[in-house]
Amino acid sequence: MTTMLMEWIAAHRLDLWTVVVGVLANCACALLGCFLVLRRMSLLGDAISHAILPGLALSFILTGSRDALPMLAGAMAVGVLTAFLTQTLHRFARVSEDTSMGVVFTTLFAAGVILISQVRAVDLDPGCVLYGLIEFTALDTVPTPLGEVPRAALTLAAVLLFDLCFVAILWKELKLASFDPALATTLGLSAGLVHYILMAVVAGTAVAAFEAVGSILVIAMLIAPGAAAHLLTDRLGRMVAIALAIGASSAVFGYWAAARFNTSAAGAMAVAAGAHYFLAVLAAPRHGLVSRGFHRLLMALRIVREDVLALLYRWGEARGDVPLPKHDVHAALGGGPVARLALWVLLRRGRILAEGGGLKLSERGKRRARDLVRSHRLWEAYLAKHLGIALDHVHAPAERMEHYITPQISEALEKQLAGTDKDPHGKPIPGVASDEG
Amino acid sequence: MMAMAYSVSSPAPLAAAVGGFFDYNTTVVLAGTGLLGLVSGVIGSFAVLRRRALIGDALSHAALPGICLAFILTGQRHFTALLAGAFATGLLGVWTVSFLRRHTRTKEDAAIGIVLSVFFGVGIVLSRSIQSMSVEGSKAGLDNFIFGKTAGMLAEDVYATLAAAALIGVAVVVFYKEFKLVSFDSDFSTVQGWPTLLLDLVLMGLLALTAVVGLPAVGVVLMAALLIVPGAAARFWTDRLGPLLCLSGLFGFLTGIGGTLAGVVASDIWQVHLPAGPVIVLAGAAFFLLSMLAAPRRGVLARLLELLRLSRRVAEQNLLRTAYEMTEPHLPRRAPFGIDDLVRRRSWTEQEARRLVARAASRGHLVPAGPERVVLTTAGLERAAAVVRTHRLWELYLIEEAAIAVDHTDRDADRIEHILPPALVSRLEERLRATKRLPAAGPGIAAGIALDVGDIPPSPHRLEEGGGEEPKIEARR
Repeated sequence: MTTMLMEWIAAHRLDLWTVVVGVLANCACALLGCFLVLRRMSLLGDAISHAILPGLALSFILTGSRDALPMLAGAMAVGVLTAFLTQTLHRFARVSEDTSMGVVFTTLFAAGVILISQVRAVDLDPGCVLYGLIEFTALDTVPTPLGEVPRAALTLAAVLLFDLCFVAILWKELKLASFDPALATTLGLSAGLVHYILMAVVAGTAVAAFEAVGSILVIAMLIAPGAAAHLLTDRLGRMVAIALAIGASSAVFGYWAAARFNTSAAGAMAVAAGAHYFLAVLAAPRHGLVSRGFHRLLMALRIVREDVLALLYRWGEARGDVPLPKHDVHAALGGGPVARLALWVLLRRGRILAEGGGLKLSERGKRRARDLVRSHRLWEAYLAKHLGIALDHVHAPAERMEHYITPQISEALEKQLAGTDKDPHGKPIPGVASDEG
Repeated sequence: MMAMAYSVSSPAPLAAAVGGFFDYNTTVVLAGTGLLGLVSGVIGSFAVLRRRALIGDALSHAALPGICLAFILTGQRHFTALLAGAFATGLLGVWTVSFLRRHTRTKEDAAIGIVLSVFFGVGIVLSRSIQSMSVEGSKAGLDNFIFGKTAGMLAEDVYATLAAAALIGVAVVVFYKEFKLVSFDSDFSTVQGWPTLLLDLVLMGLLALTAVVGLPAVGVVLMAALLIVPGAAARFWTDRLGPLLCLSGLFGFLTGIGGTLAGVVASDIWQVHLPAGPVIVLAGAAFFLLSMLAAPRRGVLARLLELLRLSRRVAEQNLLRTAYEMTEPHLPRRAPFGIDDLVRRRSWTEQEARRLVARAASRGHLVPAGPERVVLTTAGLERAAAVVRTHRLWELYLIEEAAIAVDHTDRDADRIEHILPPALVSRLEERLRATKRLPAAGPGIAAGIALDVGDIPPSPHRLEEGGGEEPKIEARR
C-alpha cells in the first residue's frame, strides 16, 4: 500500500510540487485578503499587484539581477507608494478614492510596462507577469536536506510563514483596525500605521506569489477567498481559516481542471476561486441566496396561511357556518403556487376543512384565526385611537402587522386600549381564544 | 493579412486630412487614438462622477472571455464577432458586480475585484485552450486584446471607434438631462420616476462599447486608464457637467494624439522604441498632474495659495488686534509700543514679529517711533478698531448666546473672526444692541475714528500689559 503510494508520488512529483506551490501562494494571499475585504480595500490589492511592476523593473535595472531580495524591496516600496499616493490624492487633491486609485495604479502600470520594454533581455515580460509560470516552477529546484525542492516552494513557504506570524502577532491590532479604525485611533493604535504595514506585507506577498502564479491569480486570491469566507461566517478567526481552506482547495481543483482540459493552471485556479465564491453566494447558511430565498418562501407561506385563516374567519363572522367556495378563496389570494401550497398545508394540518366544494375553519383553525383577527383589530384600534390615523388608512398597516404581533404585544395593546371591544370599523375584537396557535 | 490589404486599398480620407505630414500608418494610429481618447474621455466622465471609476477596469477585464468565446464559436478572428463577444461578457461582468452589491453581503470593491479576476481567469483559460486547439498562431491576435497593439491599429479599428463615437455622441446628446440626473443624484431620479436602472444600464453599455472598441488598441489595464484619467483631470477645472464633458473629451483627444506623437518622436529622434499604449496613459497622467496642480479653484496650487493668503490675513489681523489692545489704555493718544511687547503677547518669534511689523508698515498701518518701537497710524488704528470690534462682538455673542465660558471665548473668537462676513457682523451688532450689550459710545468714538467703524464693546477679559488674561467672574453664566 505504502509502496504504491510512494510510486504514485514519484510518478506525479511535478504535479504535486506545482499544486504545493499553488497552495502556498494562494494561502498567503487569501490570509491577507481577509483584511483587505473587511477594510473594503480589496481594490487596493488589485492596484498594488499591478503597480509593483515598475518596482520590479526598477530594481532589475538598478541591480542588474533577478535576485529575490532587491525585487522584493522594490515591489514593497512601490506597493506602499501606491497606497500612499492613493491616500494623498484623495485627501489633498480631493479626488474621490476610486478615481485616485484608478489614476495611480494605471499610471504606475504604464510606467512599468515601458520600463520593462526597455529591458527586454530578461524573461520579465508582461505576459509572464499576468499568467505566471506555475507549470514550470517545479522544474527550478534547489537541493535541501529533504531532497530537491522547487525554489518557488521554499520562497512561498517562507512568505506564508512570515504572513502567518505577522497576522498572529498583530491579530488584535488588525482586527480592531479592520472593524473600527476610528476606535483603534482613539485607543492610541494608529490605524494609518497598521494600514501601511498591511499594504507593505500585501505588496511583498503579491510579488513573491506573482512570480510563481501571475498577477491575475494573485488578485483573485487576495479577494475571492476572503469575500467567500465573509459570506460564510461572522467571526474573524473562522473567516481566516475558511479563506485559507478555500485558497488551498482552489489550487487543488484548479490544477486538476487545468490538467484535465489542458489549459492555464493559474487561470483555472482563479476560476476555481470564483467557483468557490459562487457556491458561497448560493449556499452560505445565513447570507446565501438559497437560504435567504428559502426563508422568504417560508415567510410567504406563513403569511398566506394566516391570510386564509383570517379570510375564512371573517366569512364565518358575516355568513355563519357556511363554507366559502374554493374559487372565491383562490380569487381572494390571487392564486399562484404559494397559495395552493399554503391551502394544501392547512388542509393537511386540519386547520381548515373541505366541505362541498368550499372551505371552512376547523375548531383548531378557528382558534388560531381568532388570534389573528384579534391582533389585526387591536392594531387597527391602536392606530386610530393613539396615533390618530384616519379610519381608511388603518386596515393596510394592520394587514401587514397582524402576522408579527406576539401574545405579549397583543396583551400590551389591550392594556393601552383599556375596555375598547370594537375596532374602528365597528367590528367586535374577539377575546383571547386559547393557549394554542 | 486580409485586413491589411483591405485597409491599404481603401482610400483613407483621414490620411488626406493630415496632408501626408505623417506616413499612412502613423496617421491611422493618430486618428484612432485621438478618437478613442475623445470617446472614452466623454463617457468615462460619467463613471468618474458616479464614483464608479473602477467599473471600467472590471469591464475591460471581463471582456476577455467574450473575445475568446467569440473566437471559439466563429473559428476565426472576425472583428465584429469578437467585439460583440467582448461587449456581451463585459456587460455581464458589470451586471454581476451590481447584482453582488445589491443582493449579497459582498461590498462593491470586493465584487469588482472578483469579477475582474475571475472573468479574466476564464479568459486566460479559454485563450490557452484556443492555443492548444489550433496551430495557426491565433495567440498573437488574442494577446493583443490584453496588452494592446496601438502601432498595429488598422483603418477598420478607426472606423469602429468612429461608429462608437457617433453612437455615444448621439446618446449623450439625447439623454443629456437623464444622464446628468442619474450621475449626480440617482436616488432623486428614482423618486422622480425615471427608469434609473435602465439609464444606468445604458450608460454602462456605452462604457462597455467604448472599452471593447479600445481594447485592441491599448489593452485591458490601459483602457481603464483612458476611461478614468481624462474625466478625473477635467473635474479639477469645472463644476458643470457640460463643460466637464467637453474638457474631458478634449483631454482624452489630446492624450491620444500627444501620447502617439511622443512615441513617434522618441522612436524617430532618439531611436527608443516605446510601447504606444503605456505612453498614451503617461500622457494622460501628465494632463492629470497638470490639472491637479494648476486648475484655478480646485487645483492644489490654487488651494495652497488661498491657504497662504488666509494665514497672512490672519497674522495681519492678529498684529493689528494686539497693537490696538496695547494702545487702548492710552486712547485717544496713540502710544508707541515695542516689538518685544508684541513678542511677549503673542506666540510669534522675534523674526516673525519683525516681518509682520514691516509688512504692516508698508501698508501704512504702523510707523516707526524711536528705536525698536512702532505706533499705529490713524488708518492703522481705524483698521485695528474694526478687527477688534469683530473679535469682541463675536466673543460677546459666544458668552451671551452660546453660553461659553469667558476663558474659552478668546480662542474660539480667534478662529472665526477672520472669516466672519460683514453681513454677519452687522447682524451680531443688531442682536447685541437689542440686548443693550453694545455701549452707545466707546473708546472708538473718543479716539476720533471715522463713524463707519462704529462702537467697540469692551473686552470681556482684563487686558494686562504682558498678556495675562483673567476672566471677569461676574460675566460668567
